[in-house]
Amino acid sequence: MRITPSQTVGPFYSIGLCRRSDEILDPGGVELGGRLLDGRGDPIVDGIVEVWDPAAGSWGRSNTDGEGRYRFRIRPDAVVLEAHVFARGLLRHQRTRIHLGDTGAAEDPTLVALRMDGGFVFDLRMQGDRATLFFAS
Amino acid sequence: MTDPYEGPVVLPDDPSLGPDVQVDYPGYRSTRWRAPSRPLATLPEELHALRGPVFGESTIDPLDNDLTKQHDGEPIGERITVSGRVLDDSGRPIRGALVEVWQANACGRYHHEVDRHPAPLDPNFSGAGRCLTDDDGRYSFTTIKPGAYPWGNHPNAWRPAHIHFSLFGRAFEQRLVTQMYFPGDPLFPYDPIFNAIRDPKSRELLVSRFDLATTQPEWSLAFEWDIVMRSTPFEDEHA
Repeated sequence: MRITPSQTVGPFYSIGLCRRSDEILDPGGVELGGRLLDGRGDPIVDGIVEVWDPAAGSWGRSNTDGEGRYRFRIRPDAVVLEAHVFARGLLRHQRTRIHLGDTGAAEDPTLVALRMDGGFVFDLRMQGDRATLFFAS
Repeated sequence: MTDPYEGPVVLPDDPSLGPDVQVDYPGYRSTRWRAPSRPLATLPEELHALRGPVFGESTIDPLDNDLTKQHDGEPIGERITVSGRVLDDSGRPIRGALVEVWQANACGRYHHEVDRHPAPLDPNFSGAGRCLTDDDGRYSFTTIKPGAYPWGNHPNAWRPAHIHFSLFGRAFEQRLVTQMYFPGDPLFPYDPIFNAIRDPKSRELLVSRFDLATTQPEWSLAFEWDIVMRSTPFEDEHA
């Protein structure tokens, strides 16, 4: 059978997706946050980041704010998170990985989260010299 | 910033692209700075069989699949049911899949602060629903038919009427966000989002089918729409 094609989430996804509690994977955990940026370095203010911590079976979803920022509360000892990115203007979601623990295992330097203030920072760049590596899936 | 693109809003068909949507489709202007510029990497093989999150019955409220019953009064518009099956590409049902939908009201206005289309909001319609597929992979929503609406992509740009769908299957890679359209919409040839799927046979997969057999007399029109995702090792398991 033929695979159903993808379409953009558009600008109004938050009425159907995204609840505040979706950002908490581990209530006692540390913060993972960052910015979703377009090819001009401008924030994408209508994007969604979803992360999945397969070792813990916990999943989360965060819509970006007015500065393009997403945030999660995650397990402090999470090693790698599997991630999807959605946005208006993105006709298909993009698949990536966020390495937090054994960063030597990262497929690319853009997939390593930085440790900062007891948490992690991970920016996502759609284009440009430091564009995030995405995977075909 | 205004983008300098002056080319056609809709490009000619290109069946060679199959089910893939062209992510850097120039007629949809927002893709210009947002479509990924780096070539995609190959996902490590073992990740294709990685399980994804399981959303159980506790995720769902009883009225979540009836968008006409979420307020005190009934929403204005044509009452419809939209139902179908979620399948893998060998035809097996994907059971227990979370299906989330959102849509404009009958006038083409979203219940969202960013939507400035000067059409009325309907106090009896929020436009969001969710359900889980059953053992046959079947989902069903009762709602009202959404209206077409204008957007700022190009002069006199209008979106064909559509319902947004988000799906989670059993594997993490079984993730799909798409839009379902209605048969015979006159706006199809002008919409760059629909036509970013450049294979016309693949585009047709997003168009629902009117179904007289399940249309309820004196009550609601029925539209059927099946959704197909790539197969994984998990479809033979029971939910």
